Amino acid sequence: MSTPVIRTQGLTKEYVLGAETVRALRDVDLTIERNEYIAIMGPSGSGKSTFMNLIGCLDTPTAGQYWLDGTPVSGLVDDELARIRNHYIGFVFQTFNLLPRATALHNVELPLIYAGISKKERIERAVDVLEKVGLGDRMEHKPSELSGGQRQRVAVARALVNRPSLLLADEPTGNLDSKTSTDIMALFDELHAGGQTIMVVTHEHDIALHAHRTVTLRDGIIETDVTNDRALAAAGSAPAR
Amino acid sequence: MSLLEGILLALNQIRAQKLKSFFAVLGVIIGTMFLITVVSVVEGMNRYMEEDFAGAIYGLNTITLSREPEISFSSDPDVYREYRRRPRITFQDADAIRAGLTVPALVAVESYSGGNMVSELGIEIENVWLTGASADLLRIRDMDIEQGRGFTAPEDRAGVPVIVLGAETASTLFGSLDPIGRSVKVRGATFRVIGVMKKQGSLFGMSMDNRALAPARSPMGRLVNPQGIVDRVLVKPFETDDMAQAQIDIEAIMRVRHKLRGAEDNDFAIETAAESMSFWENIRKILMIAFPGLVSIALVVGGIVIMNIMLVSVTERTREIGIRKALGARRRDIHVQVLVESATLSLLGALLGIAVGVVLAQIVQALSPLPAAIAPVWMGVSVMMGVSVGVIAGLYPAARAARLDPVVALRAE
Repeated sequence: MSTPVIRTQGLTKEYVLGAETVRALRDVDLTIERNEYIAIMGPSGSGKSTFMNLIGCLDTPTAGQYWLDGTPVSGLVDDELARIRNHYIGFVFQTFNLLPRATALHNVELPLIYAGISKKERIERAVDVLEKVGLGDRMEHKPSELSGGQRQRVAVARALVNRPSLLLADEPTGNLDSKTSTDIMALFDELHAGGQTIMVVTHEHDIALHAHRTVTLRDGIIETDVTNDRALAAAGSAPAR
Repeated sequence: MSLLEGILLALNQIRAQKLKSFFAVLGVIIGTMFLITVVSVVEGMNRYMEEDFAGAIYGLNTITLSREPEISFSSDPDVYREYRRRPRITFQDADAIRAGLTVPALVAVESYSGGNMVSELGIEIENVWLTGASADLLRIRDMDIEQGRGFTAPEDRAGVPVIVLGAETASTLFGSLDPIGRSVKVRGATFRVIGVMKKQGSLFGMSMDNRALAPARSPMGRLVNPQGIVDRVLVKPFETDDMAQAQIDIEAIMRVRHKLRGAEDNDFAIETAAESMSFWENIRKILMIAFPGLVSIALVVGGIVIMNIMLVSVTERTREIGIRKALGARRRDIHVQVLVESATLSLLGALLGIAVGVVLAQIVQALSPLPAAIAPVWMGVSVMMGVSVGVIAGLYPAARAARLDPVVALRAE
């Protein structure tokens, strides 16, 4: 069996608020294999944002271990984490988080700039991935000139351009209407079918149903971890667990 | 990210906020502008002093003996009272020097005055610069004759009333007519025109061509000075190396003639062009030290303004920085980005300041007799100062931006 994309052991995050210590995440053990499509659910305050920040290497755990694609990342510092994010993770945010003054192409090019890739290759890869998400004709547009769905596609393209081990989406349809949401989720399904490992953090059941496995967090611990039969049936394949 | 990309990014940012960027670098613009203007004028003055002024007043490699210094900056009235008590310089002094010099040299007397001149056609000019001089003065002062000839030593000795006119004087008095052989009158004395000088241009806005030169012993001598008195004696050794010896000789001869005892100060002035420059050198030194000092105060203020604007800019772009960090930007990347932006901003300010400064220097040159010489070295200095101010002003904002926590930054509005 290949190395899991994600493996956490006793992952714990505590925040100190005044005299009180809040345990946002307690001893979470989770393994995600290659090409899994997993949804993280939970009410607000359940620790799912904290979990996502840790998985996305935006934050460091108070205790516990985390291996990303076999690399131990729990002990890394700021700049090392930046490199890990750049190489292994593709982010899709609820609010798109595109640079407003940059074109779609430049937004997608951004991770490659920080990866130190030459201008020529950057453009090639950015154009390639923009075409893949169906925005081949919108590359010189700025975010303000694009619809919500198109913006999120730019964000997806940006997330994919570095060929990440994990596509990490935080409420990817939270700011989209239902028609556009369906389109974006269809794109995710397509990417998953192409071999991409995907983690979606959401509180919407409809969205979670696209995933093949749903992990529900409550009060910082894993409450349930179930395979999603309907999604599996639709995809017609066994989960890679 | 390469430096070029960083600069392009910074230019985009600056272009997006033109007005704000302009005000951010106003201090740098003004500082640089004044630096360039003042340095240009001072350098222009300097060149002028060295090339024209000193040469025109004293003549190059020429020793001037006079009653009092030609240029004096003393504010003490006692000094001037002492000058007025000194004996005048006479023809006899010049003759004694000519006889007593131990090195070969040209010796000439010279006296100035201003006065009106009337041509035989009845045309009158006011305030002509009248000079009574020895024949050798033409050689000492390098005055070239354009037309006709200069007067000779025998004509001077005999006091023949001949006159050489300045280019402007000749053309005003005689228009297109040939002035040679015609006559002019100065305070009732009639002179025959024998030559016209080459055009000289102007000095501090004063024409050097409205003048007339006649032998010192002709009636001109009496017109410009009391009988037997001259303004100064000029001595120009044939060899430049003999300057020092000639000065020693003149001083010794004059001390004997004025019967000065060992401890008494000279009651005459011996000057050379090189020495006369020393007063100007002092002024220049003070200006060149004081002015950059003042400018650096302006640049410090300019730097503080840039720092503040960059801090605001970094705060406004917290989310952008969060996005960049999430996508893999390291602290160094953010740090460099902010520094490059700040340096680019300040550099643009400096370039703008240089441009305005150069224009201002030209305007000063056009509107006043002050000449201007743009010094490329100082442009380089300004550019370097601009970049330095930008980098220094950017350090703190850059450090703040680089330290941002991506989780917090992404949550910012």
